[in-house]
Amino acid sequence: MTPAAAARMRLAGMIRKESLQILRDPSSIAIAFVMPLVLLLLFGYGVSLDARHIPLAMVVEQPDANSASLIGAFQRSNYFVPQTYGNIHAAQQALDLREVYGIVWLRNDFTARLLSRGGAPIGVIVNGVDANQARITEGYIQGVWQVWLESYAHSRGVELAQPVVLEPRIWFNAAVRSRDFLVPGLIAVIMTLIGAMLTSMVVAREWERGTMEALMVTPIRIGELMVGKLAPYFILGMGGMLLSVAMALWLFDVPLRGSFWALTAASALFMMVALGMGLLISVVARNQFVAGQISILVTFLPAFILSGFIFQISSMPVVIQMVTHIIPARYFVAILQTLFLAGDIWPIVLANSAALAVMMVLFLGLARRKTYKRLDA
Amino acid sequence: MNTLRRIVALAIKELFAILKDRKSRIVLIAPPLAQLVVFGYAASFDLNHIPVAVYNEDRSTPSRELVARVIGSVHFDLVAQLDHDAQIAPMIDNKQALMVLHLGPRFSADLKRGNSAQVQLIIDGRNSNTALLALGYLRTIFTDFNLQWSRENGRAGPPAALQIRPWYNENLLSRWFIVPGIVGLLMLVITTVVTGLSVAREREAGTFDQLLVTPLRPVEILLGKSIPGILIGLVEGSFILLLVVYWFEVPLRGSLGALYLGVFLFLLSAVGIGLMISSLAVTQQQGILGAFLFLVPAVILSGFATPIANMPEVVQYLTLVNPMRYFMVILRGVFLEGDSYTLLFNQYWPMAIIAVVTLSLAGWLFRHRLY
Repeated sequence: MTPAAAARMRLAGMIRKESLQILRDPSSIAIAFVMPLVLLLLFGYGVSLDARHIPLAMVVEQPDANSASLIGAFQRSNYFVPQTYGNIHAAQQALDLREVYGIVWLRNDFTARLLSRGGAPIGVIVNGVDANQARITEGYIQGVWQVWLESYAHSRGVELAQPVVLEPRIWFNAAVRSRDFLVPGLIAVIMTLIGAMLTSMVVAREWERGTMEALMVTPIRIGELMVGKLAPYFILGMGGMLLSVAMALWLFDVPLRGSFWALTAASALFMMVALGMGLLISVVARNQFVAGQISILVTFLPAFILSGFIFQISSMPVVIQMVTHIIPARYFVAILQTLFLAGDIWPIVLANSAALAVMMVLFLGLARRKTYKRLDA
Repeated sequence: MNTLRRIVALAIKELFAILKDRKSRIVLIAPPLAQLVVFGYAASFDLNHIPVAVYNEDRSTPSRELVARVIGSVHFDLVAQLDHDAQIAPMIDNKQALMVLHLGPRFSADLKRGNSAQVQLIIDGRNSNTALLALGYLRTIFTDFNLQWSRENGRAGPPAALQIRPWYNENLLSRWFIVPGIVGLLMLVITTVVTGLSVAREREAGTFDQLLVTPLRPVEILLGKSIPGILIGLVEGSFILLLVVYWFEVPLRGSLGALYLGVFLFLLSAVGIGLMISSLAVTQQQGILGAFLFLVPAVILSGFATPIANMPEVVQYLTLVNPMRYFMVILRGVFLEGDSYTLLFNQYWPMAIIAVVTLSLAGWLFRHRLY
């Protein structure tokens, strides 16, 4: 038998062993298919930054036609559920108790000052605890105010000519649906978890159960051992990935503007990085307890917070921005958001893929170096 | 008396099991602290240095003044001056600029004639939240510009103007919102990691059966297994809280007692869930998987980053069994809103119920799990 044929045979045997192991212990299949299904369902529906039906307290000290038209503008908006309070103290108490999210306060001289030169103030208080939500709510309130100003001017037969008017066009996501960018990001986060989970426990388990010793006395080479371990999990992981993409497209109606093949190629690359990371963890930890702990700590939260999936990387301090470069999910999030929403923009897809390729070589190379066919190491 | 001695002995043994291994010791202490610092700086919705490109066809004094206001703001950085239409799309596509501000050739003529001068704004909507926030910043700048222009040129201002005041977080620093949330996040991860494998590991090694035949009653085993998780969570949690107050300088306005009551109840419920997962699992791999399957939804559906009020109603009901949800409210309430016991009562009791239910289930599963 030629050396090449022997290597093929060893590799085939290894892959067969790992595949059987996967088939007989359903937990790996559960990780690859049930996890993305459950997580994406939960998050796709659960995670949203679009506020609707914000409860807003209305305090009108002297009701008349003008205040009624302003309140009406809030009522017609889809974003708000106005509730009337008799005085500002009751409204502030409701704000303290979190019954309302903000207060709109028209003082008793509102109409008088509308007609005066300086204009009337509309007092607005918002709960600022969640600064992001507060800013978005402010934006919605400003929108209602603009609409009301125009209708007010119109009813008085004058044209409202503001000196400068901003005409925003939001590209790639005209309806500003946060789900359209969150779902691709979530796929990256979920795949990081799954890839690392799939492999991190595997090698550690072999060490712990002593079956690694059994493998060592076989003629298998370390490279073949690694390929044999990765190949079945790679197929499982890609299956989970396809499932996630299908859900994004047909369940969550996220548009895919780039090509499917670019998406598949980038996903395959990322899957190798995630599996390589898991393999490295298991090789370093050598017991399932520590491997499990490390993979929880280094995969989920970093992928969630440092990948740019939800928090803008360019706004982070420079040092932290440098840290994000070692998070593989960062590159995959950029690729996914671009491929799904913007299209095949090669400078972005290729640059991020190159970074993923470097990480893959790094993780697999380190895992290779740290694996010895020796017991005392 | 004997009960107490047995519980203490088991708790000590459990603590040793967790802390004797150098790797597991490092895993428990170093990453949470490093993560607090990194995430504390990273996790923010506030935008600064937003890259902006300007395409100004007008080049008159008022248009320059408007552009200067935009790029002079701390939120925006000018990355390029464009001089024809075709340059706009690549700027946005390649993420060189998040937005392009386009002032047409008639800008100053319209402005002087008293018509509305239009400014076209193209924003990269790949992250719609960022797009909305950037638009909000820009709107404020434009409103200020309009007010000043009207005043200087004798035009009537709007009949009514908004005066917006945010409460509790006056400068709308999203760090004040996120950093207390990270405390909850890390405490949850630590306790789940400590307890999630504690039973599964012994089951796999066969020592759990030995434990069951000792004089220890299931309740005592339960307590002995809970105490290390709570102790480690309490110590690390306190240290993290110190960092939040003294390093990140988030104001602690409410009562410390109310905060710690929340911390204790939260740890109890997290330990209960961890032990329940652990006693359901036959192998460590299942234990880790279970811990993961609990952790990830618990974090995402807790209101940590995205508000629960935005979720569909069904998912909102689901969050009611998530102890993190209540703890998030307590953390932010005590830190920013200055809440005390009475205002937080509705957050305490659900966690207590979750703790009682999960701990008793875990205890029951010790003996009744078939494998």
